Amino acid sequence: MPLAVELEHVSFAYPGGPPVLRDVNLEIATGEFVTVAGPNGGGKTTLLRILLGLERPQTGTALLFGQPAQAFANRYRIGYLAQRTVLGIDAPATVREVVSAGRVARRGLLRPFGHDDRKVVAAAIDRVGLADLAGRPIQRLSGGQQQRAYIAKALAGEPDLIVLDEPTAGVDADAQEAFAALLGQLHRELGATIVYVSHEFGAIERFVERVILVRGTIVYDGPPTGLPAPWHDPSHVHL
Amino acid sequence: MSIFEADFMRLAFATGAVVGILAPAVGFFLVQRRMSLIGDGIGHAAFAGVAAGYLFDVSPVGAALVAAVTAAVGVEWLRGRYGTAGDQALALIFYTGIAAGVVMVSAAGALNANLFAFLFGSILTVTRSDLALIATLGAVALALLALLYRPLVAVSLDAEGARVTGLPVTFLNVVLAALAGVTVAVSMRIVGILLIAALMVLPVISAGRWAGSIRSTVGLSMATGLASVLAGLTISYYGDLAPGGAIVLLAAAVTVVSVAAGAVRHR
Repeated sequence: MPLAVELEHVSFAYPGGPPVLRDVNLEIATGEFVTVAGPNGGGKTTLLRILLGLERPQTGTALLFGQPAQAFANRYRIGYLAQRTVLGIDAPATVREVVSAGRVARRGLLRPFGHDDRKVVAAAIDRVGLADLAGRPIQRLSGGQQQRAYIAKALAGEPDLIVLDEPTAGVDADAQEAFAALLGQLHRELGATIVYVSHEFGAIERFVERVILVRGTIVYDGPPTGLPAPWHDPSHVHL
Repeated sequence: MSIFEADFMRLAFATGAVVGILAPAVGFFLVQRRMSLIGDGIGHAAFAGVAAGYLFDVSPVGAALVAAVTAAVGVEWLRGRYGTAGDQALALIFYTGIAAGVVMVSAAGALNANLFAFLFGSILTVTRSDLALIATLGAVALALLALLYRPLVAVSLDAEGARVTGLPVTFLNVVLAALAGVTVAVSMRIVGILLIAALMVLPVISAGRWAGSIRSTVGLSMATGLASVLAGLTISYYGDLAPGGAIVLLAAAVTVVSVAAGAVRHR
């Protein structure tokens, strides 16, 4: 399997700060569904930022689809869902408008939207079960429905790699369960690589093939069934 | 005499129409990105441009355009480079701008009614060459906004996500800042340097209370801005008032009513 993500001997510290990551080695093959978890402050968000090419490691290399992550030329191949709390604007934005925004990078800066783009956007909305709410302002939807809309936004770019950073923060347990099931279904249907970053496993543990526990370095990398019992709650990861 | 028989009023209405449409269209993206007051700061820098125009005997509008765009792009650069610390650099730019303006205006001996027209707007001072420049710049700015509408929306919704997926966020931020500078420069004849920021922000706030989508918010903001300018100019003509004040008070009244109505609706 070709690799979607490859980190080799990656170490990182913010200027003047202690080391955040030490000698991290990680390979994620195309089509895998993995979750990256760990206690708060353990370095998982930094790992994500290096993986996406937003930070340069002090030592080691980070590759995306075989290219240096910081110089990755085909960024439209990435679907990204940021933490829920940093999304959104004050003005009412319909589900269709939000999802269409996820299509812009794939379409190109100056090329107008065409019929094909509108079809892809409609299909993405339909896939997450929000077709009946496409014209409704996203601010009027429940937390779980909003998360589905943001997933549709990521899907609208027809990504090969979907990266989700704490996507269910602030969402109730039922919505988290439904969200995890939706991701599992999308992974089966689309075959895209999915990297799910969270400080807890929750419902997602039942759908991923592999869990990666980060606390300064990778302390566990394997199937969910192989996790030592206390580590199913990543905040209990101690070395 | 009818309001439309006076040549200066026809010029004021034509210029005002451009300003009323452009200011909220640019302002929409500033408001969404929590940069509502940047127009005020750019106005300070534009004042230095007007003063330089008087001192060096060049077009005040042209000099203000250069100063406003330079300040706006500089602010965006500082914001991107220094983050929160950039906020302090903004204060340095803006207050340096107004201080330099005051010094240059007094050196040029131009502390007079003409200067007040730039600060608070005037319906008497718009010339045909002003209108030609303002209409051209306004049309170019609106065309650029239309062309970049979807990328600007994408960045407003989620700047980091846009950056991750390859959109040129820094470039779009600089373009938006430059458009804000252009808007301030073209608007100062009618609304005035000290009040233009209000026309970029208030119609957006009120439209957001009624609209059901981003597109309709932008459209309603532009309609509100246009109506405020045309009504404000009319009141200014019959009441012999500074148009900037009349326009902004109308826009503020619409905003207060909209916010109150929105609060009642959501009870």
